[in-house]
Amino acid sequence: MCLAVPAKIIERTEYMATVEISGVTRQVSIMLLPEAAVGDYVLVHAGFAIQAIDEEEARRTLALFKELDQYAADS
Amino acid sequence: MLLTAEETARAARFFTDGITCLATRPVRLMEVCGTHTVAIFRAGIRQLLPAAVELVSGPGCPVCVTPNEYLDTAIAYSRRPGTIITTFGDMLRVPGSESSLMAEKACGADIRIVYSALDSLAIARDNPGQAVIFLAVGFETTAPTAAATILQADKQGLTNFFVLSAHKLVPPALKAILATPATKVDGFLLPGHTAAISGLEPYRFVAGQFGVPAVVTGFEALDILQGIYMLLQQLQQGQAELQNQYRRVVKTEGNPAARDILDQVYQPAGTGWRGFGEIAGSGLELTAAFRRFDAQAALPLTVAGSREPAGCRCGEVLRGLITPPACPCFGRHCTPEQPVGACMVSVEGACAAWYKYGQGRWSCE
Repeated sequence: MCLAVPAKIIERTEYMATVEISGVTRQVSIMLLPEAAVGDYVLVHAGFAIQAIDEEEARRTLALFKELDQYAADS
Repeated sequence: MLLTAEETARAARFFTDGITCLATRPVRLMEVCGTHTVAIFRAGIRQLLPAAVELVSGPGCPVCVTPNEYLDTAIAYSRRPGTIITTFGDMLRVPGSESSLMAEKACGADIRIVYSALDSLAIARDNPGQAVIFLAVGFETTAPTAAATILQADKQGLTNFFVLSAHKLVPPALKAILATPATKVDGFLLPGHTAAISGLEPYRFVAGQFGVPAVVTGFEALDILQGIYMLLQQLQQGQAELQNQYRRVVKTEGNPAARDILDQVYQPAGTGWRGFGEIAGSGLELTAAFRRFDAQAALPLTVAGSREPAGCRCGEVLRGLITPPACPCFGRHCTPEQPVGACMVSVEGACAAWYKYGQGRWSCE
């Protein structure tokens, strides 16, 4: 029940946002994430954006995994 | 994750090689969250781990830990004339003491599955003569969505919308597990999406007070492997810290706006958990300002005679005392088609995951 999916905000009003999830758009509430802006990646759970995804940290995670990939390839 | 399958496989090999090197003694790690349980099975992570590393599921499936008393109350409300029940789909098939919401729906009860608690408000507006009761089930991730919905209902002046609250908080259940020496947990993979709301502070006691390593972990296969790797690193070095593997989503302070809304609408209260009984401060009840939305306060109804199913050991599964195949019901007269206990019903239930992804291998254990 705590499953949440990443989505990109493509439009917002005061309380609602249109997000894109894997090519599908839908309306979610941004009451729990009032500072969310168009272009942000957010985590959507049960029709609500619950947290912003930190792009810098996401890039770092990806870079780490790629680094480990290189390590494993070399070993 | 934007890695190719080959890159993912290689990175996974880095972690599994590391885990194998670090697993110099048997360790028992608990994945607390039901979403983790399913991700672990789906990615085949158990098969990648050395025999010394045992993964055990915890109490992190909200449907599973909801006791029959709640289900029986929800079923009784569904039989109440002029009532519409709204619920997330996974509650429907969970057996109560004598019936289920699915069975009641088949008999004509007006029970509607919603994707979001907010959907209930439109139903309430469209049915002014009826009481709409939302089954508010879930942990820290879900509770703020119900709280925000209640704020909206208040703003819209709805008088026919109510909630039957079974919200629960994860840290008190972890405390109950840590206070049970029989569980023998050496480390915790903590639920990333509850921590996204609560932040790290409520989980510090795991390492601080009980000296058990803990890692807040994401839900991709590589996140989980890294979380296990981080736990084993701590165990090998004799450390006990709270670490955050899921930094791209979980901030130290969590989501303060969500917590503010939660605190406006709900306050901590004792509540019952399947398998645990009552745990102090582990539930959420409506604050005085919003109590008019409490179904049990506004539409009182008495339910007696709730009981757990005979022979079912879901309670011990949820406390990490046994794995599902140790239950005599599992796979015999408890299957996803004919479930006896909640852990076999919920898509996040440990028994359902063992049954679905174990592909019969559990029968050899």
